Amino acid sequence: MAIRSFFVPFLLLVLWFYSSLSPVLSLYEDQVGLMDWHQQYIGKVKQAVFSTQKTGRRRVIVSTEENVIASLDLRHGEIFWRHLLGSNDVIDGIDIGLGKYVITLSSGGSILRSWNLPDGQMVWESFLQGPKHSKSLLLLPKHEIDCINVVQTNLKIEKDNVIVVFSNDRLHAVSCIDGEVLWKKDFETESFETQQVIQPPGSDLIYVVGFAASSQFEMYQINARNGELLKHESAIFSSGFLRELSLVSSETVVALDSTGSILLTISFQNGEISFQQTPISNIVEDSSGPAVIIPSSVPGIFAIKINSVTIFIRVIGKGKLEVVEKLNQETAVSNALPISESQQAFALVQHAGSEIHLVAKLAHDWDANLLKESIKMDQQRGIPHKVFINNYIRTDRSHGFRLLIVMEDHSLLLLQQGAIVWSREDGLASIIDVTASELPVERDGVSVAKVEHNLFEWLKGHMLKLKGTLMLASPEDVAAIQSMRLKSSEKSKMARDHNGFRKLLIVLTRAGKLFALHTGDGHIVWSHLLHKSEACQSPVGLNLYQWQVPHHHALDENPSVLVISRCGPSSDAPGVLSFVDTYTGKELNSLSLDHAVVQVIPLPHTDSTEQRLHLLIDSDKHAHLYPKTSEALGIFKREFSNIYWYSVEDHNSIIKGHALKCKCTGEVADEFCFDARDLWSVVFPSESEKITATVTRKLNEMVHTQAKVMADQDVMYKYISRNLLFVATVAPKGSGEIGSVTPEESWLVAYLIDIVTGRILYRVTHHGAQGPVHAVFSENWVVYHFFNLRAHRYEMSVIEIYDQSRADNKDVWKLVLGKHNLTSRISLFSRPEVITKSQSYFFTHSVKAIAVTSTAKGITSKQLLIGTIGDQVLALDKRFLDPRRSVNPTQAEKEEGIIPLTDSLPIIPQSYVTHALRVEGLRGIITVPAKLESTTLVFAHGVDLFFTQLAPSRTYDSLTEDFSYALLLITIVALVAAIFVTWRLSERKELQDKWR
Amino acid sequence: MEKGKGVMGSGRRWAVDFSDNSTAPSSRDIPDPLGFNRASVDQDDSTVSRQKKDAESNWKAQKAWEVAQAPFKNLLMMGFMMWMAGNTVHLFSIGITFSALWQPISALQGVGKVFEPYKDSKVELLGPKLLFIALNLGGLALGVWKLNTLGLLPTHASDWVSSLPPAQEVEYSGGGIPL
Repeated sequence: MAIRSFFVPFLLLVLWFYSSLSPVLSLYEDQVGLMDWHQQYIGKVKQAVFSTQKTGRRRVIVSTEENVIASLDLRHGEIFWRHLLGSNDVIDGIDIGLGKYVITLSSGGSILRSWNLPDGQMVWESFLQGPKHSKSLLLLPKHEIDCINVVQTNLKIEKDNVIVVFSNDRLHAVSCIDGEVLWKKDFETESFETQQVIQPPGSDLIYVVGFAASSQFEMYQINARNGELLKHESAIFSSGFLRELSLVSSETVVALDSTGSILLTISFQNGEISFQQTPISNIVEDSSGPAVIIPSSVPGIFAIKINSVTIFIRVIGKGKLEVVEKLNQETAVSNALPISESQQAFALVQHAGSEIHLVAKLAHDWDANLLKESIKMDQQRGIPHKVFINNYIRTDRSHGFRLLIVMEDHSLLLLQQGAIVWSREDGLASIIDVTASELPVERDGVSVAKVEHNLFEWLKGHMLKLKGTLMLASPEDVAAIQSMRLKSSEKSKMARDHNGFRKLLIVLTRAGKLFALHTGDGHIVWSHLLHKSEACQSPVGLNLYQWQVPHHHALDENPSVLVISRCGPSSDAPGVLSFVDTYTGKELNSLSLDHAVVQVIPLPHTDSTEQRLHLLIDSDKHAHLYPKTSEALGIFKREFSNIYWYSVEDHNSIIKGHALKCKCTGEVADEFCFDARDLWSVVFPSESEKITATVTRKLNEMVHTQAKVMADQDVMYKYISRNLLFVATVAPKGSGEIGSVTPEESWLVAYLIDIVTGRILYRVTHHGAQGPVHAVFSENWVVYHFFNLRAHRYEMSVIEIYDQSRADNKDVWKLVLGKHNLTSRISLFSRPEVITKSQSYFFTHSVKAIAVTSTAKGITSKQLLIGTIGDQVLALDKRFLDPRRSVNPTQAEKEEGIIPLTDSLPIIPQSYVTHALRVEGLRGIITVPAKLESTTLVFAHGVDLFFTQLAPSRTYDSLTEDFSYALLLITIVALVAAIFVTWRLSERKELQDKWR
Repeated sequence: MEKGKGVMGSGRRWAVDFSDNSTAPSSRDIPDPLGFNRASVDQDDSTVSRQKKDAESNWKAQKAWEVAQAPFKNLLMMGFMMWMAGNTVHLFSIGITFSALWQPISALQGVGKVFEPYKDSKVELLGPKLLFIALNLGGLALGVWKLNTLGLLPTHASDWVSSLPPAQEVEYSGGGIPL
């Protein structure tokens, strides 16, 4: 004890010594890629356009649901260039113009941009405003997106290629060269909703068709040269329309009536509108249920879906319909691809068990298949969602086809000649939740990587390393050594290492797929798509929890994670629990619950097989205990009266605290179900405060000590409680964008609330401040980031909480003899006396995410990890956010490591942990402690993934990478030699002395 | 010293003693050579040797006091060094302090050895020894005091609580914004 307490200040001193020497933790150039990896993704592809006309680099331009436009290499699937548009700038359509420009329409049809195809530079940008650019129109964004179409025309108006855009209730013709709006056309009809903009090939006419009210079909014929309205026709169909339209020829569309049981063939040839009604039951025998039109653009053919059956119907002549095929499997249809003057091809992809069937057909000849292939497909990819077709001319002048398909797990695959040419795991661009898992313990014969191929390679490697250490290596050797270090098999070994650097990152993606990523090099160890069951057709993954983390007595069991998913989009849909083995990725068990899952509370208790007890709260505030075993129930009963939870109702600004009451009464009589009672509630005045952020401490955070020692040997006791909640509220007026309110109308209130008792421990108001608020809670401090409207700058504040009731524990003898109650269990119902210290600083960046480093024992000092607006991760020492900083610290305070107070937090370029890389679309930063106390593992995810190791106080417990082993070896050898020589000399001298 | 005790256990028949006994007035069991009168020689030397012995014991006592006072100089020098080293913890001050602690301790361990040369039946060594010990203890105290001023002694509450883990809470809670 004495030695330890003696040692800790000494250790801290050494740490301080080191950190004051070099507060910057940067990398050398050759260390990039040793500890870190970076992966680039694009997200689920919405639309793809091929660019293969010209020779040279073949590529495909894609737009994705993550708002990325990217140019991919068709041969390997690599990204040539990529742009991530802002989250309020959603891409509505893309196309290629003049073979060299990528045209994108975004932001609800109000921004049209042109990008240079080879390198992705922006050429021009134009803003398209409509007549109804008023509030009433903005209230219907869904309709706006529906009625946007990009139509490429080959018209030459004064030798200029024209893009026709319908957006914001106005038809625009925009020059492809410079983005200038050539003409625009408004439509007078009230409540007109455009469905299609059609330009028949080889004519100067543009048809704009759509619905007005719900039962009126409207058609406008417009001169494409000048936007002159040539004809306007409308017709009324009494029983109304469903909103979808399918285009079967340039002058015919197919729609469904409002009940979904009658097909309407609408032709507007020569400006005359005529309806043809065909009840679906007439052409399809056993049709039950309403039909839905699948959007496609295959001439002469359209597809409808009834239940899960896809039916292809051909339009013959005057509104006559004929069923050509019924497909029971999940099917995706591509758009039509013109392959010659008169022929158009399209592709169908069907999913059948472990295979997918690809069929390419000509639009006018259903029976002849241009291509028919079956490809084995990993079942974890699910069903095909989208297919895009492209053709190439083979050497024998026949047509070959390549298909780009998007699968259920958001992966992107290119298929050609019956094989998968490449695949991209773009589901990883939308990670919802991350947890870490250990790797298996290394055993004989289990997952030992192949070390070196043969003895020669091994010898060569070691010779090179030796040369490197002795500084004899030539530049080529240095390059070879570097590549050897990067590819070191040690890194990606599938077994635990001594320092705990190698782990599995289990990530859940929006597509409902689990991936296990190896922290060594980021490769995918396994992946698992959440199964659909009879009870649940479309589970939506929500969260991941550590279910079983075996150590000690249950080491022979594999660890597992719990995936909480919900059966449908609404919040009271029943939940689904899946238990997945983290070593193998096999789903151990899946439970379809009969109640919803609104909250999940992992309890601090495990049963004899190390399964963690979880309490699931449903929408009726019943608590359900899992696992449902009597042993778990026994453990739970013991702690029954000590379990509390809180719920945040952010829409009406109430925080409520609950406790368990008794077993469920009523219809859900189940011994694992418990009723709850409300304990307390904090109601924020809704006219002046609105909850924007709530943060608690991480559950698995380790804190080493409860005392904070000042420079003058004084002690302050930290108020460390797992049951503290940080809440930030803003004025409802100021919850919009920055700058939308004056400083007088906007404020931010920060609260610290005890979750168990509902006691407000601290409250502070920042006048003239505005959200968004990003906060992080660790140990006894909170750091939060907001905008200061008066200073026109971002600010970061820190609050530290100290326990005043412990402050008089200063009798050394009592402490020496252990006669104190500082470590005994305390109840939160005893009144705490806390004092807080806080300070604010300006900060240059706006922030996307904040996290804090976490280490195994919590001894190492902390760093804040700030995801900046530039999609980088900045490491900022916690010492900069210390409320005890003052302008002129005393000598003692300086010794303690207190930095003189400055108005803003410094941003040191070398402390970007992402160094030169960007994590596009950064959403979250996760820290996982390694076994080595000094080191923490950092995983940042967004559209890209980035992983690295950090040592906030440097690696004080291990030798660094650049430690000179050669020097150590030489020193030891020299010392041994010296000892030997002097020993011989002294012996000889002694002998001579004796003879004297 | 066993002097020619003749047969000693293991069949030793005889032994010749080569040791020089000329000065030592011992071994009365062996008769003196003929014509040698020991008494007269002793009588002659006794006055001279007594004087000599007195002088020697005086000298020894004096020396012993000198040795006993030696740590005082050391103490002064140590004090000066400590003053020079200052009150901040770094290599130099730690080195000085530890040597200030080590010197008295090693000196105290070797008290007997230090006064070994002055051991005499007539010399009173208790006084010098006590002084020596006291001075060294003073030096030790100085070292400890220095250690304390450097903040390396666990005399503050902070030294005892710095590794206390946070107290456990009886209650447990969870929750948050609905999923």
